[in-house]
Amino acid sequence: MNPLLPLFVITPLAAAFLIMVIGRFVSEFNKYFTSLVLLFLTCLSFYFLFITGENQFVYKVGGWESVNKIPIGIYIVMDGFTAIIVCIINLIGFLSAFYSISYIKRYTSENYFYALFCLMIAGMNGVVISGDLFNIFVFLEISVISSYALVAFGVEKDELEASFKYQVLGGLASFLILIAIGLIYWKSKTLNIADIKAAFTSGYDKRYYIFVQILILSGFGLKAAIMPFHAWLPDAHSSAPSPISAMLSGVLIKAVGIYVIIRLFFNMFVISESMSVLITTLGTLSMVVGVFLAIGQWDIKRLLAYHSISQMGYVVLSVGIGMILISRGARPEVAALAIMGGIFHLINHAAFKGLLFLNAGAIEYSIGTRDLKEMGGLAKSMPATSATSFVASMSISGIPPFNGFFSKLVIIIAAVMGRFYLLAALAVLVSIITLASFLKFQRYAFYNKTDGDSIRNKVKEVPFPMIFSMVVLSVICLALSLLIVPGIREAVLTPAIDILTDPSKYSSTIIGQ
Amino acid sequence: MTLIVKKTTQLISGMIFMYGIYVIIHGHLTPGGGFAGGVIVAGSLILIMLAQGGDFLKLVKEEAGTTIVESLATLMVISIAAAGFLFGTHVFFNNFLPKGIVGQLVSAGVLPLYNIFVGTEVAASIFIIFLSLIIFKEESPQ
Amino acid sequence: MIAYIMCFILFLVGLYGVITRRNLIKIAVSLSIMEISTFLFFALIGYIDGGVAPIVDPANPVQTYVDPLPQALVLTAIVIGLATTAMLMAIIIRLYRKYGTFDIREIKNLRG
Repeated sequence: MNPLLPLFVITPLAAAFLIMVIGRFVSEFNKYFTSLVLLFLTCLSFYFLFITGENQFVYKVGGWESVNKIPIGIYIVMDGFTAIIVCIINLIGFLSAFYSISYIKRYTSENYFYALFCLMIAGMNGVVISGDLFNIFVFLEISVISSYALVAFGVEKDELEASFKYQVLGGLASFLILIAIGLIYWKSKTLNIADIKAAFTSGYDKRYYIFVQILILSGFGLKAAIMPFHAWLPDAHSSAPSPISAMLSGVLIKAVGIYVIIRLFFNMFVISESMSVLITTLGTLSMVVGVFLAIGQWDIKRLLAYHSISQMGYVVLSVGIGMILISRGARPEVAALAIMGGIFHLINHAAFKGLLFLNAGAIEYSIGTRDLKEMGGLAKSMPATSATSFVASMSISGIPPFNGFFSKLVIIIAAVMGRFYLLAALAVLVSIITLASFLKFQRYAFYNKTDGDSIRNKVKEVPFPMIFSMVVLSVICLALSLLIVPGIREAVLTPAIDILTDPSKYSSTIIGQ
Repeated sequence: MTLIVKKTTQLISGMIFMYGIYVIIHGHLTPGGGFAGGVIVAGSLILIMLAQGGDFLKLVKEEAGTTIVESLATLMVISIAAAGFLFGTHVFFNNFLPKGIVGQLVSAGVLPLYNIFVGTEVAASIFIIFLSLIIFKEESPQ
Repeated sequence: MIAYIMCFILFLVGLYGVITRRNLIKIAVSLSIMEISTFLFFALIGYIDGGVAPIVDPANPVQTYVDPLPQALVLTAIVIGLATTAMLMAIIIRLYRKYGTFDIREIKNLRG
């Protein structure tokens, strides 16, 4: 019972309402207070990453102990997989909040922006640390409703329309998740994830089970923008303000989408082969169609949003390969390798996609347009932005020694070793097309010479907080490639894979206490 | 609005307000509690505002005051929950005041306090939703 | 058994409204109807035959009560549904101010 665990939710929630009260009277309070709170949360999450190795921390809210070995309270669980995602959320949140100190001057009512930002961080933290099914739903709704308001923040025509589409589809997804929770409660009479696993392994109705699994896959797949449910993502991520785009595309679709799918399918349901094949097919489809839709785009942020769909397809593909191999019961070391590739690519994508969106925001701040045909020759006037953008583009295309290369290499090796040759070939093809798309982005934005000198002379470098965030993220992009080294990998990635693939490790700690 | 509507709402809304406070305070004995009672209190305030009308400056001042009330009520809820760290068995959300006899009004530890602050907060936030929509209509050029 | 079928019919009515209506406000109201069908389904799950309302009467404390947990879940979900509907309405009236119409076929600025 580590008493520091509820601080992940209390601190941003109290900070959001303090900003609403005090920010009305003191003028510069809200910006620096948000950055301080998020810096404190980042240090706390790194502390938990170091002390959580193979062991789990369980915190019972309210002190309700279990009766006859049945958990009856609300549980907060921190294990290896959760510690990684909490680090990603708070670190990229801190860098986005620091970036927006100078970016937000274009909008009015800054108070509401920082309060909603802290609420979104509180919701995402709550989703990943809860060990209880309905708690996931409540915190999911808190973070998603804050993001609806943040997407429509500067009230122009595009942003309102994008927010409306996002809201209707998001409301439909929440409704599907609520029905699935109701059906699970009906059969198992409990809401704790470890207890539901115990109830489901002892005799169940097969068709009921498949129906619940498809409802959960649809609901959370809509939040994670997997292929048939991707229609809201290009509009919402391209119309939002740039630090919010970096948070949405870099963190939100992972923390409330992919994380919950992985956690529920590995630790709560018994994996069956038909669902694994379905998940792998959806991953492949989003990987291929996402990159083909991204080639013809001339708007910077729409291009990056379509590439988000494609990279999330990589993660779902490799997790699906791991699930197929576990359900067949053969070759557990290849399954562990595939899941490790998926989680590693998740971490990498948060870093380089966040950096790419912050770069697009810096370009828009200086020039005022987002169309690739109207810019050019920015490499001389904005050196920091063009250097970090080069690092991020090489990372996402998979060029050594940046981090994208290592994670894609692990995914392709795992696919070949599991004898899925078609999927490995598709992964290589998509990576080559991604490289082509980003070479186009680099050439048109930074290295093309325009004939009008008037644009280039008026453009100067962006202010200091924006440069600081971008440089820190590019250094992290280089440093994350060290995670493949065997010593560091044992400390960080292997506990996460053990929790997911070992069928009894997650529930034995919770029910036994 | 006509004279009949104004006088009737002045008489009725006081009774609705008292009923809302009754539902909030007896939350641990009868069905209701913070959410439902807060919505009823907000209903009585909206009734008065709809009948009397208001000009733009008075509405903006009311919205500023109500926002502060809502944020302070939420901070009180979080601080009562976090005060469980200091007393009793040192867990979050602990019930640390003495529990009385089942069925009396002053009993069940911290639950009546939670109900009162959550009820204030829900009433303030629904009133703010209504005020924001009215202000948006008033400030647009006709 | 009839009650579960009524929940399903209410869900189908809401889904038909979201898909086929052109007016923005009708889409928002249909989304709200779909959420209400979920609340009815939750309240029906906790019913036990021959149970009374789960309020402890000090004179007679040992009885068969219905399950109180789904009732608490429905209370939370109603408040969340209220927040979602309020957010939708705020966006809709700003959309009306910018575009001048409630028709969803006129609002197609983002393409491609």
